[in-house]
Amino acid sequence: MMSALATNGHGPPVELRGLHKGFAGRPVLHGIDLKVEPGEIFVIMGPSGSGKSVLLKHVIGLEKPDAGEVLVGGESMAAEAALDRHRMAMVFQSGALLNSLTVAENVGLYLAEHRLKSQDDIDQIVTEKLLLVGLAGEGEKIPAELSGGMKKRVAIARALVMEPELLLYDEPTSELDPLMAATVGREIVNLKQRQHVTSIVVSHDRDLAFGIADRVAIMREGRILCVGTPAEVRRSGDARVKEFLEVSFKKDNTQETS
Amino acid sequence: MFRDIGKMVLLFWRAACSLPQVWQQRRKVFEQLFEIGNASLFMACLLSLFIGGVMALQIGPTMDERGLQRFVGGMVGLAICKELGPVMMAVLIAGRIGSAITAEIGSMRVYQEIDALRTMNIDPVHYLVLPRLAAIMVALPLLVIFAVLVGWMGGALVSVYNPDIRVTFALYWNNLGDLVGFGDLAHGLIKSIAFAVVIGTVACHQGLQTIGGPRGVGRSVTKSVVNAIVLILVLDYVLTRVMIHL
Repeated sequence: MMSALATNGHGPPVELRGLHKGFAGRPVLHGIDLKVEPGEIFVIMGPSGSGKSVLLKHVIGLEKPDAGEVLVGGESMAAEAALDRHRMAMVFQSGALLNSLTVAENVGLYLAEHRLKSQDDIDQIVTEKLLLVGLAGEGEKIPAELSGGMKKRVAIARALVMEPELLLYDEPTSELDPLMAATVGREIVNLKQRQHVTSIVVSHDRDLAFGIADRVAIMREGRILCVGTPAEVRRSGDARVKEFLEVSFKKDNTQETS
Repeated sequence: MFRDIGKMVLLFWRAACSLPQVWQQRRKVFEQLFEIGNASLFMACLLSLFIGGVMALQIGPTMDERGLQRFVGGMVGLAICKELGPVMMAVLIAGRIGSAITAEIGSMRVYQEIDALRTMNIDPVHYLVLPRLAAIMVALPLLVIFAVLVGWMGGALVSVYNPDIRVTFALYWNNLGDLVGFGDLAHGLIKSIAFAVVIGTVACHQGLQTIGGPRGVGRSVTKSVVNAIVLILVLDYVLTRVMIHL
């Protein structure tokens, strides 16, 4: 069973050593080495299919590496009951809400299943967290009645309820409007400031990444191209990094006028 | 196949180990019991009535020709409580409830709900498998008792009202009472508990193994029902062989 809910210290450091992973003979991660410092917001960016989400799943123990290891707080995630030692949460790209439960039951699930609070306290915490993500009064709905963005916000509320030491976000702002995306970004920073949570964020959202990150890693085809502060990454001389950071859609004026 | 059986044994063992915590999941167990009862009771009743009737129809005239009609009640009673009741109910539950469990857990797997549970340090075996397994293990023996009673009634109706079988209600029930003992009923109930374990374990295992989207869910459901029925029939022979010598 996990420790008490209140977290006073910093979130744990995370270290990936020589992480290799393949599916059906197709390599996805090619020897990833990374170190995320305690209490840091670390953003991993890269094109679709570059292995970012797979990497995130290794950190929380949902995938087992073919080679290499993941250390959280200096302890291997391959060890027995690794999730018992550090409170971790993950916000999935799809939300991954339990469709048979209401929004409120989803958000309070962790507290209810681990019997950490009374039902009255759980109800109060759930109401607070739903208010925080702009979903006050939506607790009795079922996930099927929510839009993609609302599901994502419920998933964030569900993760916040756990008061995690390590929080992983898989595309936290996809399907969110810019205002809500900014709210989510602020909440990621607030969690760091309030509880010194270690956050690993996988995102395509350049505004979010450079707005919240202490450090950024750019990933492509299962390899880390560069790691550094946002300023250092922007200055990177790697053409593939530049391409990813600078590409933008430009309207073809010649077509319009013809 | 052997790997699958090994995984199922392991899954059942993990669920059995968390059995002492089943009280914590009582709400889900009652929900599942309601689902099973709601989905199966009418079908169980109908199936048993006709199975009992067909049994009487098959053996009644033949026994009557040989002057053995007074044994029809006992024959129908024994066949239903030791064999047909447990097996037919198990097949019904594998088709109706086992498939639903596989589809539900399979969808949860495909849509990452089970991954989400794991990240919350909630064991899917404790949260999903245990309540379903416990509910089937309670519901199937109850359904079998119900089915046996209705099946006997079906046999009685056909025996009495079919002119080729010259048996009265009293003769039918007296003979059934003489030949069918508590041990025979226990025989059927022990089988039904074993079948419940097979159905619950196979259904949950196939659900947890689902990959590949909606098509994967469909594949898992088919596999779950087929595997469960095959295992039920094999286990039926093994249990019958063992219990004959007890």
